[in-house]
Amino acid sequence: MRKVDLLIIGGGSAGMAAAIKAYDEGIKDILILEKGEFLGGILNQCIHNGFGLHEFKEELTGPEFLTRFVNQVEERHIPYKLNSYVTSLTKDKVVTYVNSSEGAVQIEAKAIIMAAGCLERSAGAIGIPGERPAGVITAGQAQLYLNEYGYLVGKKVFILGSGDIGLIMARRMTLEGAKVLGVAELMPYSNGLNRNIQQCLIDFNIPLYLSHTVTNIIGKDKLEAIEISKVDDKLQPIKGTEQRFDVDTLMLSVGLLPNNALLNNIGIPQSRSRGSCVNEHMETEVEGIFSCGNVLHVHDLVDYVVEEGRLAGLGASIYLKGNLHKGEHEISTVAGDGIGYVVPSTIDLDNAMDSIEIKFRVRKPSKNVYIEYSCDGNVIKKVYKMAIIPSEMEIYKLDKKLLNKDYKTLKVSLVNKEDVK
Amino acid sequence: MKELTCIVCPRGCHLLIDDNNKVSGNSCPRGEKYAIQEITDPRRTLTSTVRVDSKLLRVCPVKSVAPIKKDLVILAMKDVNKIHLKAPVKMGQVVCDNLAGSGVALVTTRDIKE
Amino acid sequence: MFDVIVIGAGVSGAFVTRNLSRYELNVICLEAKNDVGDVSSMANSAIVHSGYDPLPGTNKAKFNVLGNKMYPSICKELDVSFSPIGSMTLGFNEENMATLASLKERAKENGVEAILLDKEETLKLEPNISSSVMGSLLCPTAGIINPFTLVAHCFENALDNGAKLELNCKVTSIKKEDGIYVLETTKGIYKAKMVINCAGLYADKIASMVEPIDWHISPRKGEYYVLDHFKPDFVNHVLFPLPTEKGKGILVTRTTSNNYLVGPSSEFVDSKDDTSTDSLTLGEVKKSAVSMVPSIPFYEQIRTFSGLRATPSTHDFVISYSKNDKYFINVAGIESPGLASSPAIGKYVVEELVKPVLNMKEKANFNPNIKPYIKMNDLSIEERNQIIKKNPKYGQMICNCEKISLGEIEDVLSRSLPCLTIKAVKKRTRAGFGKCQGGFCQSKVLFLLADKLNISPLEVNYDGEGSYILKEESK
Repeated sequence: MRKVDLLIIGGGSAGMAAAIKAYDEGIKDILILEKGEFLGGILNQCIHNGFGLHEFKEELTGPEFLTRFVNQVEERHIPYKLNSYVTSLTKDKVVTYVNSSEGAVQIEAKAIIMAAGCLERSAGAIGIPGERPAGVITAGQAQLYLNEYGYLVGKKVFILGSGDIGLIMARRMTLEGAKVLGVAELMPYSNGLNRNIQQCLIDFNIPLYLSHTVTNIIGKDKLEAIEISKVDDKLQPIKGTEQRFDVDTLMLSVGLLPNNALLNNIGIPQSRSRGSCVNEHMETEVEGIFSCGNVLHVHDLVDYVVEEGRLAGLGASIYLKGNLHKGEHEISTVAGDGIGYVVPSTIDLDNAMDSIEIKFRVRKPSKNVYIEYSCDGNVIKKVYKMAIIPSEMEIYKLDKKLLNKDYKTLKVSLVNKEDVK
Repeated sequence: MKELTCIVCPRGCHLLIDDNNKVSGNSCPRGEKYAIQEITDPRRTLTSTVRVDSKLLRVCPVKSVAPIKKDLVILAMKDVNKIHLKAPVKMGQVVCDNLAGSGVALVTTRDIKE
Repeated sequence: MFDVIVIGAGVSGAFVTRNLSRYELNVICLEAKNDVGDVSSMANSAIVHSGYDPLPGTNKAKFNVLGNKMYPSICKELDVSFSPIGSMTLGFNEENMATLASLKERAKENGVEAILLDKEETLKLEPNISSSVMGSLLCPTAGIINPFTLVAHCFENALDNGAKLELNCKVTSIKKEDGIYVLETTKGIYKAKMVINCAGLYADKIASMVEPIDWHISPRKGEYYVLDHFKPDFVNHVLFPLPTEKGKGILVTRTTSNNYLVGPSSEFVDSKDDTSTDSLTLGEVKKSAVSMVPSIPFYEQIRTFSGLRATPSTHDFVISYSKNDKYFINVAGIESPGLASSPAIGKYVVEELVKPVLNMKEKANFNPNIKPYIKMNDLSIEERNQIIKKNPKYGQMICNCEKISLGEIEDVLSRSLPCLTIKAVKKRTRAGFGKCQGGFCQSKVLFLLADKLNISPLEVNYDGEGSYILKEESK
């Protein structure tokens, strides 16, 4: 059987960043497996600008951002295979992939980094009521058709969900000659970045209907109209508030899910992020299998995806050098009040670096609050936040010195300022 | 007093500009610069695609190298839609040197080898 | 002129047509939709029922039990996924248990094996059932099937054996002139000696084109959830509550693709076209299912859908000659257990109803088998490599979620049965059936269809006629 030191599943931004970092840490025997026709993953279709402010201190489009990483991969001659799809892997780190030139190949890796990205929640996943005509499409799919193939999926469009891809597509479709009639968001706040509300909706006079959802899909074979309704504070549609929009397309931007079937299938526990549970080095409970990027948890910015990719690349390189052993002092993180999920799921104190990145998302927008970090009931740190919103991923660099070896849990909670004693 | 959402970075600060063009609510100096620009001469970077003959792609992504006047954005799409390239295409290649009379060039944002 | 016209390409039409193709007859099946198996045969529980619960002596009991026995060999011939995983009907109180005991007697009368299990035995077989269960009735012969390929492969086999199929061909009137049936359709005039009405929800409308009828078909809707194949063995049997007047109740089952299916509701609706879902009904489905299996992870939901049962006013399948003419046969009201019954119905209709009327001779060269499909997922590494070496397209992944290769999709596009839409590709190959619901693969399938059908990408239908995905070129 073929062997490789480090196998990376996914040649998008997380996978490329992980490969580059591991290479620079001295791991030279690397293979990246990418299912698509190009390296770069989803950034290939994200032709808008706004990427790279953290990473390169300038604003780039998706393809420009990814090209810089492709160039770094090429400069290092890190091997990669395109159009190569991983069909399975085992806990012994035997990976099976398939492509048309080599066939089905088994390869044994000493370490694996999972960087397979995410997928969009579909109309089926959220169970939109009504018929199932053509014309109901996810924003990412519409983006692919428009930005890589040059086809419009609709001329009169309504968008459900105010996720960033939906907002970006509202602008793209408008520029390409479609009419976007509005965006409905179930929650009383937007799930996209403020800047995108401004430059993608307000700039083009596209109305945003907060606390609204689609309550009917009308049309047998092709979409003819949709109906939206206002929702109450339990998110249930309010009768009598229905509004009809005659559209040929309903575009969905209702969230992303880690594309983590491969690791789920071998029984690696899932975190509340719907990705795998990992430790501070992005290592799963199976030694030598790491995970990073959107397959671990959905990020807001690609800049943070590449940072996390590098962390996994570093983790894998330490592991491959034989220096990453499960320690005896493990702390489990807990998503407390107001927190959706926390990454990492565990912190191995014996291995952790001096500063530990704690990433999480809040469940709803809050102002004037503290993020409280407590271990086994003892508050170890409180961080004031003037404003905090679910659409932004929070990163906090926790000082390892605050963690005591006897601690078993680290709970992250959102605490109102007045509740703080 | 005017209110704006800053679009310089993903943070999206809520900016306030008083009658003397004094800006508050920004978290960095770029916000202040943006606010003044936005109320005096609002500009946007245009990103889109142009037609390309290539083995794998029908369109090639492009951007304006600098922000253009906001009012020109829709007009500029007319120029964008006229362009037709042939692979190979090099990232950064100028495909229109004066977008809608703005003086700003339009460049490709990816390589297309074949 | 044809010897026989079959109206309707659902599962009963499929088995009738296939059985006719065994004989030296000129046969055509006319279908109003642009694909076979596109209405009730597509949207159902995909269960081959054991036949333990229909009232003894009814057509439903007779054909279900016979059909169930035919499935293993038919699925071998037609290369259709089928697993006789058995069904369990659950009892949650003393009254339920008494009913189960009487159902066991009914099963015996129908000639179906049924075993009463106590609580411990029930939970041992299905640990995820609510611990409040008191016992169950196990019917080992019930099975799950892929209903999409069942109909498609049945037609493929019929076409391979000389039958014809016309899609997008809706029958608008039927007359008998000089002993010949003349059918006006949206695709012109078709004539035949004999007509077999397998028109599903519209069977009453078709039947009444030739004579007044005293029965009718009412659409009864069932709404379902589909969950991803999140883990094997979450449930291993088809789990039913006690049957009621409204039907077999809301079941929880694994599917042949290792997804999980929860449903159906049961509600009469006004329109034979109404396949919409609504949150209220689905909420009830969820509630009912959770009372049997509390830990169903609904966050793994990938789709909801609804199907319409063709419920006859007679409460039993209508399978007979028309009142006045043995050359017109009705096969109507084939609601549950229709899928299980249809092989037996097809055989009965051809051998017991058609044969006595038409002078027909068996073909010497009838081939009951279709050319097997390559299913890369089921093969060993070595087998996959041999295939990819011969045709590299089998190494090119199109559908990531369900792991379907370009080679597999091109194969269905090259068969005798037309495959014209994205939905048809999905039904035949499962490409687009997974967690992303076609998010990643739909574009690839669309451009492939445009290429193979030699049409513009703008003309590729998602499903019915005019259901285009792409509206215009942006440049």
